[in-house]
Amino acid sequence: MVTMANEWLLLSPAAAFVLAALALFVIDAFAPEDADGGLLAAVAAVGGIAALSASGVLLLSGVAADGVELFGGQLVVDGMSLLFTFIFGSVTALVSVASVDYIRELPHKAEYYLLVTLAATGMSLLASANSLAVVFVALELSSLPSYALVAYLKRNRGSVEGALKYFLVGALSSGIMVYGISLVYAATGSLLLSDVASALGGASADYPGVLGVGLLMIVGGLAFKTASVPFHFWAPDAYEGAPAPVAAFLSSASKAAGFVVAFRVLVVGFPIGTIAGTLDWVLLFQVLAVVTMTLGNFAAATQENVKRMLAYSSIGHAGYALIGLAALTNAGGPGAEATVLGASMLHLFVYGFMNTGAFLFVALVEHWELGRTFEDYNGLGREAPVACVAMTVFVFSLAGLPVGGGFLSKYFLFAGAVGAGVPWLALVGAVNSALSLYYYSRVVKAMWIEPPAEPLGIERYPTALYAAVLTAAVVTVLLLPGLVVFDGIAFEAAASLF
Amino acid sequence: MLIEALVVSCLLGAAIVFFTPDRYAPKLAFGLSVPPLVLSLYAYVAFDGSGNALLGGEIAYETFAEWLQLGPYAVNYHVGLDGISLPLVVLSTVLTTLSILSAWTPIDDRQSEFYGLVLLLEGSLIGVFAALDFLLWFVFWEAVLIPMYLLIGVWGGPRRKYAAIKFFVYTNIASLVMFVGFFALIFGLGDAVSSTGMPAIAEALRAGQLGYLGTPTVGVPPDTLAIAAFLAMFVGFAVKVPVVPFHTWLPDAHVEAPTPASVLLAGVLLKMGTYALLRFNFTMLPEQAATLAVPIAAIAVISIIYGALLALAQQDLKRVVAYSSVSSMGYVILGLVAYTVYGVGGATFQMVAHGLISGLLFMTVGVFYNATHTRMIGDMSGLASKMPATATVFVAGAFGYMGLPLMAGFMAELFVFIGAFESTVLPAAPVFTAIAMFGIVIVAGYLLWAMQRSLFGPFELETDYELGRAPVHDIAPIVTLVVLIVALGVAPDLIFEMIRDATLDVVEFGFGGGS
Repeated sequence: MVTMANEWLLLSPAAAFVLAALALFVIDAFAPEDADGGLLAAVAAVGGIAALSASGVLLLSGVAADGVELFGGQLVVDGMSLLFTFIFGSVTALVSVASVDYIRELPHKAEYYLLVTLAATGMSLLASANSLAVVFVALELSSLPSYALVAYLKRNRGSVEGALKYFLVGALSSGIMVYGISLVYAATGSLLLSDVASALGGASADYPGVLGVGLLMIVGGLAFKTASVPFHFWAPDAYEGAPAPVAAFLSSASKAAGFVVAFRVLVVGFPIGTIAGTLDWVLLFQVLAVVTMTLGNFAAATQENVKRMLAYSSIGHAGYALIGLAALTNAGGPGAEATVLGASMLHLFVYGFMNTGAFLFVALVEHWELGRTFEDYNGLGREAPVACVAMTVFVFSLAGLPVGGGFLSKYFLFAGAVGAGVPWLALVGAVNSALSLYYYSRVVKAMWIEPPAEPLGIERYPTALYAAVLTAAVVTVLLLPGLVVFDGIAFEAAASLF
Repeated sequence: MLIEALVVSCLLGAAIVFFTPDRYAPKLAFGLSVPPLVLSLYAYVAFDGSGNALLGGEIAYETFAEWLQLGPYAVNYHVGLDGISLPLVVLSTVLTTLSILSAWTPIDDRQSEFYGLVLLLEGSLIGVFAALDFLLWFVFWEAVLIPMYLLIGVWGGPRRKYAAIKFFVYTNIASLVMFVGFFALIFGLGDAVSSTGMPAIAEALRAGQLGYLGTPTVGVPPDTLAIAAFLAMFVGFAVKVPVVPFHTWLPDAHVEAPTPASVLLAGVLLKMGTYALLRFNFTMLPEQAATLAVPIAAIAVISIIYGALLALAQQDLKRVVAYSSVSSMGYVILGLVAYTVYGVGGATFQMVAHGLISGLLFMTVGVFYNATHTRMIGDMSGLASKMPATATVFVAGAFGYMGLPLMAGFMAELFVFIGAFESTVLPAAPVFTAIAMFGIVIVAGYLLWAMQRSLFGPFELETDYELGRAPVHDIAPIVTLVVLIVALGVAPDLIFEMIRDATLDVVEFGFGGGS
C-alpha cells in the first residue's frame, strides 16, 4: 500500500512543473516589469530540471518499477511515465534557457514561460494517465497552452496563421477524440483503461460497431498529437510560424507526449489480442507508419526552408516511432514486442535531445536574422564553427549516422521490427532513413561546403542560446555510448505494459 | 588495449589537428599519424593470434566489455584482430600516413579540417576491421561515411557536391538493407545466441541453428530466411566493393575526390566491402554462398572484364585507375566464392595488394596532376623526360597492376587463380577462371596504352604551368609504396601466412576442398 507521502513523492516530477508555473504566476503578479526575463526563464528551467531530476531519481531507485496506481487508478506512475517525464523535463529546461535570448526584446515573457510550464504539466500527466477521462483532460492541458505559444509572435502573420491552423485541427481532433471516448464508454461501461480492457471481450461481441468507431476516433486524436498522417497538416505551418524554441518544444516534447499516451491507451486499454476482430489497430498503424514516414521524408526533401524541412522530418520521425505500435503483430512473441516498443521509447528519448537541439540552432540563426533557407546557411561553418558542429551532430544523428544516440535508437527500432516479425516494415524504415540523409546533409553542405554569398556579419554570440544548443549536442553525443543508462529502463518499461 | 590506443590516437590526433592553425596542420597531421602507424606495426610484429576470430581462433589484442541491451540480446564492446583483419589495419595506417604526405602539395585550403577528417577516417577504418560485435562494427562502418562525404564535398573537383551526395546516399542505402538482413538472421537464431557478437552468431549459423523468423505459423522458414539475408547482405556489401552493376557511384566519387581521399577510398574503403563479404556472407553462411556460387562468380567475372573494358575506354587517367579498381575487386570476389584456402586467402591478399597498388597509381596520377593540372591522356605526352622519378614509379605501379612477377599484384592474382581453378564448390570453376584471366590482358592493354601516350614520346603539353621535378614529400610516399609492393611480391609470407591461418577455418565446411 502506498502511503500518502509516497504518492506525492511519485508525483513530484509533475509537481515540479506545477510549482514552477505557480511561481511564475506569483512573480508576474508582483514584479511584472522584470525586464530581461532571466529570472522567469530560470524559474521555468529549474522546474524542468527538478522534474527531470525527480523522474531520474525515481527511475533509478526502482520504486515505480512495477507501476503504482494513484487516485483509484486514474493515474499510474511506472517506468514509461517517468522516462517520458524525464524527456519533458529536459526539453522544457533546454527550451527555457534558449528562450532567454530569443524573446529578449518581446513582451509578455512571463506568460510565455508560464504556458511552457503548464503545457509540460499536461504532458507529464498524459504520461501517467490511466483512464480515458484523464487522457482527455491532460491532452487539453498540454494542447491549449501550445496553441497560444505558437501565436506568441502575434504581429507575425506566419505565427498567427500557424497557430490558427493548429488550433482548428486541434479542436476538431479533440472533439473527435472525446466523442470516441464516449462511444468506448458506451460499449464497455468504463473509462479506466484496465476496466476497458477487461470489458473488451464482451463489448466487441455486443457492440462491435460502437467500439470500433470509438477506438478509431481515439486513434485519430492520438494521430493529431503525434503529428502523424492523416492529422499532420498543422505541423509544418505551426512549426514554421512558431518561435523556434516553441517549435522545438512542440516537435520534441509534445510529440513524445502523444506517443506515450498512445502506447498506454492502445497496449493497456485495447490489447490487440482481444480487439483484433473489431478493429485491427496494428494493421492501421502499419499503414499509418509507412505513409507517415514516407510522406514526411519526401516532403522534407523538397523544402527550401530549413525550419520547414525540420518540421517535415519531425513527421518522418513520428513515422519511425509508430513502428513501435505497428510491429505488435504477436508474430515474434511477447519478448520481441517489448523490444520494439522499448526501442520506440528510446528513439523518442534521444529524439527529445537531437530534435530540440536542431530547432534551437534554427532559433540561433533566426536570432542572427540570417534567414531561413538553405542558402542563408551558406558558409555559416566559418563564422560560428562551434554551433555548426553541434548542428552537424544533430542532423547526422537524426539521419542515423553514428555521431549521436539517434544512430543506436533508430537501429534498435529497425532491429526490433525485424524481431517482431515485420521485416518489411524495418526495410521501409531503413530505406526512408537512408533517403533522409539527402536532405539532412543539405544543411551540412550549406554550413561547411558552400561559400557565403556575402559576409554574414555575426557580431553577437548569445550565451544562453549557445548553452542550450551545446548542452543538447553534448547529451546527443554522449547518448551514443551512454544509451546503456536508459536502454534497460525502456525495455523493462515496455515489457511491464503487456 | 592496443586497439583502443590505435583508435584513440587517431581520434585524439584528429581533434588536435582540427584546432591547429592551417599553417601547421600538414606537418602536425603527419606527425600525429605516426603513433597509429607505429602501434599497428607493433601489433603486426607482436601478433600472437591464430585461427579465425569468428570461428574459435585465438584473438589477438582482444578487449571485451558489456555495453548495451537490445531486448534479449546483449550488445558488447568487443574488439580484436586475427590474420585477416591485422593486415588491413596495417594497410589503413600505412596508407593514411602516406596520403597525408601526398596531400601537402594539392591541399591548400582549410588544411586543419582536411587533415583532421583524414585522421578521423583512419580511426573509423581501424574500428571497422577490429570490431567483433555487429552493432559496434556497424557504428564504425557508418562512421566512415561522414569524413569521406566531407572530404569529397569540400576539397573535390568541379562536380564534387553531386559526387559526394551520391556516394553518401548510395552506400548508406546499401548499409541499411544489409542491416535489416543481418538482424533477420540474429532474430532467426532465437535463443541460440544471446548477444550480437559476431563469433557467437557465426558459430551458431554454421552449426545450422537458424530457425524461423517469428513463429513457425506466420514466420519466415529458415531456408528462405538464410537466402534472403545472404542476398540482402551481399547487395549491401557489393555496393561498397563495388561490383557491376552497383559500381556507378565509384567513378564519380573517385574522379571528384582529391587525390589523398581517392587513395584512401580505393586503398581501404573498398576493402571494407570485401572484408565484410568475407566476414559475414562467406564465413557465416557458407551453404548459401555455395548455392549461389555460379551467379556470384558470374558477377565477379563480369566485374573483371567489364571494369577493364570501361577503363580501356577512358580518357581521364584518374578514371582509368578508378575503373580498374572495379576489375581488381572482381578477383577478390572470385577468390572468395571459390572456397579454397588459396582462393579465400588470395582474395584477402589481393585486398592488401590492391590497396597498395591502387594507392600508388592514384598518388602518381596526383603528382602528374599537381605539375600539369590536367589528367587527360590526350593532353600530355613525354612526361618521362620532365619528371623521370615519378614516371618510373608510375611504370612500376602499372606493371604491378598487370601482375608482373615479384610484385604483390602477381602473387595475389596467382593465389586467386590457383584457388579458383581447383574449387570444388564452384561449378565449371576452370571456365570462370580462364575468363577472369583474360581480364589481365585487357589491363595490360589499357595501362600500356595510357603509359605510352602520357609518359613517352616527344614532350608535349597544353598548359601554362612550369614543369619540374616533384618535391620530395610527393616522391617519398610513392617510392615507399613501390618498396612495399615489391616486398610483398618477393616475400608474400610476410602476411600470407597469417591470412592463410585465419582463412583455413572458413573454407573447412564439409565441402571446402583444395590445399
